[in-house]
Amino acid sequence: MTSTTADGPALADDDLPGGEPGTPSDAAAPDSFDKDDLPTPPGATWALLMSLLGPLRARVVVASLLLVVQQAAVQAGPLLVAYAIDRGVPAFRDHDYGPLIAVGAGYAVCAVGAGLLQYAFIKAAARINQDVLLDLRGRIFRHAQVLSVDFHERYTSGRLISRSTTDVESLRELLSEGLQELLGVVLSFVSISLMLLWLDLGIGAIAVASFGPLYVLVRIYQRRAGKAYSGRSTAIAAVIVKFAETMNGIRPVQAFRRERANDADFAELNHRHERRNGDALLEMARYVVGSRLVANTAVAGMVLWGAYRVASGTLELGVLAAAVLYLRRLYDPIDRLAMFLNSYQSAAASLEKIAGLLAQVPTVPEPVAPKALPAPSGGLPGREVRFEEVGFAYRTGGEVLPRFDLTLPAGQTVAVVGSTGAGKSTLAKLLARFYDPTDGRVLLDGTDLRDLPTPELRRGVVMVTQEAFLFSGTIAENIAIGRPDATPEEIEHAAKAIGAHDFISGLPDGYDTDVRKRGGRISAGQRQLVAFARALLADPAVLILDEATSSLDIPGERAVQQAMDTVLHGRTAVVVAHRLSTVEIADRVLVMEHGRIVEDGTPSDLVAGTGRFAGLHRAWRESLA
Amino acid sequence: MPETLAEPTDRSAVRSLLRLWPYVRPVRARWFAAAFVAVLASCLGLVIPLILKWMVDGPVADRDPGGVWLGALYLLLLGLVEAGLFGLRRWLVARPLAGVEASLRADLYRHLQRLPVAFHDRWPSGQLLSRGTTDLMLLRMFLAFPLTFLLVNATTILVGFVILFAQQWTLGLVLLAPAVPLMVLCSLFETKYSLVARKAQDQVGDLTTVVEESVLGIRIVKGFGRNRSQAQAFRALAQRLRGTELHKARLLAWIWALITVIPELAIGAALVLGTIEVADGGLSAGTLVAFLSTALALRWPVESIGFLLAMSQESATAADRYFEVMDVAEEPSTAKDGTRDGAPDGAPDDASDGARDGAKDGARAGGDAEAGLVFDGVEFRYPDAAPGSVPVLARIDLRVRPGETMALVGATGSGKTTLTALVPRLHDLTGGRILLDGEDIADLERSRLRELVSVAFEEPTLFSATVGENVLMGAEGAGEEELRRALSVAQADFVDDLPHGVDTQVGEQGLSLSGGQRQRLALARAVVGRPRFLILDDPLSALDVHTEALVEAALRRVLEGTTALVVAHRPSTVMLADRVALLSGGRISAVGTHQELLRTHTEYAWLMSGAQSPRSADGRTAVATAEEGSTR
Repeated sequence: MTSTTADGPALADDDLPGGEPGTPSDAAAPDSFDKDDLPTPPGATWALLMSLLGPLRARVVVASLLLVVQQAAVQAGPLLVAYAIDRGVPAFRDHDYGPLIAVGAGYAVCAVGAGLLQYAFIKAAARINQDVLLDLRGRIFRHAQVLSVDFHERYTSGRLISRSTTDVESLRELLSEGLQELLGVVLSFVSISLMLLWLDLGIGAIAVASFGPLYVLVRIYQRRAGKAYSGRSTAIAAVIVKFAETMNGIRPVQAFRRERANDADFAELNHRHERRNGDALLEMARYVVGSRLVANTAVAGMVLWGAYRVASGTLELGVLAAAVLYLRRLYDPIDRLAMFLNSYQSAAASLEKIAGLLAQVPTVPEPVAPKALPAPSGGLPGREVRFEEVGFAYRTGGEVLPRFDLTLPAGQTVAVVGSTGAGKSTLAKLLARFYDPTDGRVLLDGTDLRDLPTPELRRGVVMVTQEAFLFSGTIAENIAIGRPDATPEEIEHAAKAIGAHDFISGLPDGYDTDVRKRGGRISAGQRQLVAFARALLADPAVLILDEATSSLDIPGERAVQQAMDTVLHGRTAVVVAHRLSTVEIADRVLVMEHGRIVEDGTPSDLVAGTGRFAGLHRAWRESLA
Repeated sequence: MPETLAEPTDRSAVRSLLRLWPYVRPVRARWFAAAFVAVLASCLGLVIPLILKWMVDGPVADRDPGGVWLGALYLLLLGLVEAGLFGLRRWLVARPLAGVEASLRADLYRHLQRLPVAFHDRWPSGQLLSRGTTDLMLLRMFLAFPLTFLLVNATTILVGFVILFAQQWTLGLVLLAPAVPLMVLCSLFETKYSLVARKAQDQVGDLTTVVEESVLGIRIVKGFGRNRSQAQAFRALAQRLRGTELHKARLLAWIWALITVIPELAIGAALVLGTIEVADGGLSAGTLVAFLSTALALRWPVESIGFLLAMSQESATAADRYFEVMDVAEEPSTAKDGTRDGAPDGAPDDASDGARDGAKDGARAGGDAEAGLVFDGVEFRYPDAAPGSVPVLARIDLRVRPGETMALVGATGSGKTTLTALVPRLHDLTGGRILLDGEDIADLERSRLRELVSVAFEEPTLFSATVGENVLMGAEGAGEEELRRALSVAQADFVDDLPHGVDTQVGEQGLSLSGGQRQRLALARAVVGRPRFLILDDPLSALDVHTEALVEAALRRVLEGTTALVVAHRPSTVMLADRVALLSGGRISAVGTHQELLRTHTEYAWLMSGAQSPRSADGRTAVATAEEGSTR
């Protein structure tokens, strides 16, 4: 008894898109951290899975029981057929309608029961799946937020995004389709085999014996398909990288006439994927043929055995009929098993990557014993900043700050200048607590930054960086990130103070303009103005500007400087800049070189001197002449 | 944005899917063969119950062990053939359909590369990517399964019921009864389900956006301590998604319950009636067994119709999404064959502004005077701008003489970058014309035009390739020597310190370089081919003062023989230029040397030194005074 539905369950094919890596990050990359394999501690994957399912243990048990009972109801059908043929028919001939009524009632009860149980199980399983996914999504998100900036600088955004989208998606597929399937497959294999053994030892024995070759086939398939699928994943990842890169860089692509060269490159990558894709599909075809051969041979064997025994009078006809009906259910799920293996493999790989991410320890942790900042002293909103014996080295090498001491009195505006790689940004990031120093401490009004909880820290220190990213939403919402409870008037006031009001009111919907819809038209300079308005609204005690005016034109820069002079008056400010024009509002200039502060003084003193700053300033003046 | 892109208004799924035909055509022979094989295999499965019946009513009833052997042999043979046919079907279509998917993808890529920049501004690359991956896989699967099996199942159901009716029409009727309501229920369910599924998809999209933004804007989130509100926003969305997914599951649970119950009830009824008939002798036991077996065999084909239709529906949506992009017209190679009838007042005649530095006089005089880069009454408005709105650029008249470097200065948002994008025709003018050495760019082959004009963009994009390849992109056939020269102009000596020098991989898949480093490579790329015309959009913004001075000195030599337009924000960049054009209010309001304009033009003086700004008037610090002094 073979099944016409053999191709049926495999309808969804062997490659649901979720199994594919969705982002470029999965392809090979040269550098060590750039390779997308964070060290996953041994057992972390399993531990993660257990910690996700642990709280739901009771519900998992209930769902499994539902499925077991449901299977029992489903598998009762053929037994009733046997009963009807062997008992019902003779009884009916004797005008005993009882057995037949029992069969009819039993069949109806089983059918309805199976349906209801099916309903209950799907709902229960869905709740479990969704709770696991909700938990996992939340964990990845929160963890990514907690991880420090230096992690984000090394682990590209693309990878992080693919962890929380594609990888979660492939787990979702496993949970919502695969696991249910596997449970169903295993249960039906077990229950049908037991049933067959009980009906007739010989038939059952043949069924059980056929599992041997099937198991071998599955293993072979698993091995070969694993190879084919990983080859295909790599191939599609390369296609995706090329595709995304071209579309994101369409301006240079077109300006430099790369279209033809790109067509050729893409054709090669696309062709490679086509081959791998075909390989994977053929692998599936081989498995289907092999498993079907085993199944059909076993069915023929079992029918032969059963029919022979009925013919020789040692087996009842109804039992044979029941066995035959069971047989057609027995081998139905073998194709689905292959699909399950596919989704299992991709989900396991994804889970391992997620576990690796979650195993990362944040290098800038929240304080164990949080402290509050003392009330601002001296009537000014600014606070004193002290670097005490601070030294810093990146774990991966690179920019290093040797030990230094530095005190910035409350209310002082300090400009930090120096060439690229001198350590200016590192200094700023230490103050913003994007990094923690390797040695020493950074104190804000005498309190170690490491002792401040995030909300307290951000009332104290706010940093505006060069990359002025806008979140989706309106311009007003973007400014309000500085202070979520700000009124529209306060938002507008901040924008006016920074000189952003004019361009904002020129937008189609003014402050309510959706930045994503018109985002392409908001220039880099305008975005930086929004970022400033945000900082202004946040009203911090210490403001850090890290190359924050690089995209502004001179009037824009003036407006910002003016705003800092008036609105931020009395606050402590650190301005990192490679443009000397920024320096003019500073009370004090620090010149950095190779991680050291080599000059420190008022702008006029330094200009008058013979040091590095005087040289830089002279060069700059000459460039203006 | 995505929602508005993909919402089909009034379409027929069949028509959408029919558009795939040109791609399927080359493999049609194999596809039809595979479909035929599938029908054959499916019908073969229906023969098996008949053999069972023959065995039960024949050899088994007659107690003839020999006949049993023969029946088993038939079964085995049928089984082997069936397995072979399954494999054959998959083998027939595996490679061809992978090929269809690939050719759809190649066409999409080719097409997208040639769509105007304005199109790419509107469409996020993620949207395009999902069309090139998920949607195409869906279409391949559609060709492999739903399309085949709609045919196969229809045939199987037909043949199956013929067999059932031929054996015992009353029982057949009992079994047929639920088939129709079941199909109706399934397709009803699918309509509902696809709505919820669509909603879930959109919510996943929203969730992804929050994830993306919280990662891309991590410094802002951290800098303002907004982790908690981000996490709340995320949680709210994730909860909403969970709700929708549970709704999906409820629908699914319902339909599965019905699919389980209804046919089982019918089979149960057939069993009771059949048993009575067997008892009455109206039916042989073998027939009953065969009957039930056939009924079971038909369950899947009936149940699956709904799902197959749903998948087809989904595939139709995928096809729509695909063709929606493919239907956007590529730009004609030269703009003249396009629609440019709207070129209004190309030669405005009011001579009131001071911008007419010979642009039009030159254009009219013809001959040598046309040499260089000439903007003649250029007007531009974005294609999606409201009709009647003020154009971004209007009546731009400007002439850059051959070999001259012209700086383009203007306030933030004045349209400088837009103007530069018009020259290599990344955007097409909506009015007027631009001439390169007398030739209208609209008449030039696009590729020829872009060969003449080289650009360095404000946002320096590097591709996943080596440093050398990235730079040499700017010039076909340039060699090692050219590369070295370009790198030295851009002061990109840092390249030698990279792990593999010019062969170091950079871009998305390689080493990440700093903004200043990328900018210098982009600059090298722009100058490597010694282009006749060069457009630089604020090329030095990310460089420190020291490097900037070095690059400038080197660049000045390159610019000597090149006609160049340089967008400048600062006096230092303006220093590269021979003359400066001031862009203001969408038009060129002044042209002259830096010194002239500083003296005579208040807006320019304000832009370049902040001279009129109230803040700098008081000259609070020594530095401020020094700067102002130096720029005058």
